[in-house]
Amino acid sequence: MSAVIEEHHHDDHHHGPAKGLMRWVFTTNHKDIGTLYLWFSFIMFLLGGSFALVIRAELFQPGLQIVEPEFFNQLTTMHGLVMVFGAVMPAFVGLANWLVPMMIGAPDMALPRMNNYSFWILPFAFTMLASTFFMEGGAPNFGWTFYAPLSTDQGPPSTTLFIFAVHLMGISSIMGSINVVVTILNLRAPGMTLMQMPLFVWTWLITAYLLIAVMPVLAGVVTMMLMDIHFGTAFFNAGGGGDPVLFQHVFWFFGHPEVYIMILPAFGVVSAIIPTFARKRLFGYPSMVYATSSIAFLSFIVWAHHMFTVGIPLAGELYFMYATMLIAVPTGVKVFNWVATMWGGSMTFETPMLFAIAFVVLFTIGGLSGLMLAIVPADFQYHDTYFVVAHFHYVLVPGSVFSIMAAVYYWLPKWTGNMYNETLGKTHFWLSFIGINVLFFPQHFVGLAGMPRRIPDYALQFADYNMVSTVGAFLFGFSQLLFMFIVIQTIRGGKKATDRVWEGAHGLEWTIPSPAPYHTFSTPPKDLTEAHG
Amino acid sequence: MQIETQTSKRTTLKLLCVVCGMFGFGFALVPLYDALCDLTGLNGKTKGQYVVDEQVDEQSETDVSSRRVKMQFLASNNADMPWVFRPVSRSLSVNPGKLNATEFFVHNPAGRTIIAQAVPSVTPFRAARYLHKTECFCFDQQKLVGGESMDMPLRFIIDKDLPEDIKTITLSYTLFDITEQISGELAVTN
Repeated sequence: MSAVIEEHHHDDHHHGPAKGLMRWVFTTNHKDIGTLYLWFSFIMFLLGGSFALVIRAELFQPGLQIVEPEFFNQLTTMHGLVMVFGAVMPAFVGLANWLVPMMIGAPDMALPRMNNYSFWILPFAFTMLASTFFMEGGAPNFGWTFYAPLSTDQGPPSTTLFIFAVHLMGISSIMGSINVVVTILNLRAPGMTLMQMPLFVWTWLITAYLLIAVMPVLAGVVTMMLMDIHFGTAFFNAGGGGDPVLFQHVFWFFGHPEVYIMILPAFGVVSAIIPTFARKRLFGYPSMVYATSSIAFLSFIVWAHHMFTVGIPLAGELYFMYATMLIAVPTGVKVFNWVATMWGGSMTFETPMLFAIAFVVLFTIGGLSGLMLAIVPADFQYHDTYFVVAHFHYVLVPGSVFSIMAAVYYWLPKWTGNMYNETLGKTHFWLSFIGINVLFFPQHFVGLAGMPRRIPDYALQFADYNMVSTVGAFLFGFSQLLFMFIVIQTIRGGKKATDRVWEGAHGLEWTIPSPAPYHTFSTPPKDLTEAHG
Repeated sequence: MQIETQTSKRTTLKLLCVVCGMFGFGFALVPLYDALCDLTGLNGKTKGQYVVDEQVDEQSETDVSSRRVKMQFLASNNADMPWVFRPVSRSLSVNPGKLNATEFFVHNPAGRTIIAQAVPSVTPFRAARYLHKTECFCFDQQKLVGGESMDMPLRFIIDKDLPEDIKTITLSYTLFDITEQISGELAVTN
């Protein structure tokens, strides 16, 4: 058996990919694994999205129409888990796999075999997680934040499988991020300094460090839950001397850096796209690097702003409020730099640029509602309302998800060698853009008016905005099928892309042919003037 | 080309150490949190049994201030706990520095023996470290056979150093049914 794999591997090295399905199972090629990650994440995006559509359909009108409240709770939980751990994170890992080696002039990731393992763990983890729907007691129903003792005392029996699935996802993420760090630190083309790296590589380096620091804490907290459920410990059970609030502290110590894990690579993507279509160099490259590092550092010391209402001494509330607001400073630097890059540029508005500009505008809206939530006395009113839902969906969907779509349109011609259909791409953008705002903007209003989150039924005065929201959800959801169509169409054929693809594109990945050959930079590039845009 | 160079292996090992360290740190947060709570009264938990210092006690007898603090008592049951549980007096006006006594009434209406553990919480949190209990039913587990009732004693002193702005202290107890955990442990030890 191993001899056969060896032979395949040998083959790969000289003649391109192996034939058949086994190519994907045994592959150690960073481009293959990047593709696998991206497809996996897209499938999870559709799965998590279909959960969301059932939720929105139920909320179309007050009263209970489609699902039972118990099942509704399972849907909100699984929607969050699948989107965070299955869609957004793997998509960024996929982009890192495809792009980091090409951007730094490396032949592959530093640890190719581990790369294969870290991808192939994921389908097992998510099959296990999704299978809980069919178990007695149903899927986890305590929200994606799985607060104990709700999850440990009152959760369904499938909680144990949920814990194992989280362990597997954690192992996969940790292996993936170790790989990224080792690649970036050791495999840069000779002569490339850290401050010559493209910003996408920088943001991923910092993201990978965040992952390495907090995923083990997540593993720790679910392990404590496992012990509370099965081994009679009382980490989070007050009756046995534990403390439920401890759970929230440990969880959010992981959870807050986690939200930056999902946005920092997006900053990198946008910082690559805007200069290309503004035909200018990125404004303030060093300040971008320092701003990203500051955001990463601050993410470790603000976690309790998720739990202002749990009962924290005044001094603590004040500290966490001001520390949280401090994050607006480096984020403001970034938004300023993107706008300054566009200022006076000769801009064109191809699909990737449209998504990138929408990212800047809509992410800023999400950031501002985050600032509102940071104000302690206001948060007592907003906590656990739809205002919070509107806030984090604005930073995650038109934030992270739009940046992933922008990245796909931007680099797809390099990956496939074909141009996508620009008219369809722009149609997809406008449908998504309108859909997302119709979907999430009204949720600000119902939230401020006091509609709680995670409920299957609501008071009559919220009916109109919820109906609007549901219409937007279906528009956004179904326009993603158009996205899938465009990507498949581009893979199958289309206008041949040039090596440079975009007139204003800079970076080592644009110096190699389109489609990118199976093996690139087997000898390191000599000319690094192209390195960052 | 040899990709897995020595440097890559070294970096990988270092990062793996960070991973193990952070896994440990997650667990270290548990005692860290407890220590922080002890120090600041963060979670409103009161400390263990307070041993009366004779000198301070005598002094307090002679040096009684006219200050009065309202002490409120709350009793609630955790989910699925069938006991009747209430304070004998809902509130007391107490003199900081003096020893006070009150009782909580419990009754087990269920047809079986239940072991309970009361967990205290003090509001405002920063009053927690000024509330000294010399005797409390929460230091032990309570066991009542079906139909049995009991008055559980609580004796406490409010520290004279209690900040002036605190006029009311609420002491709340939640009663947990720990019969299963206890019998589980017994089964293990047997």
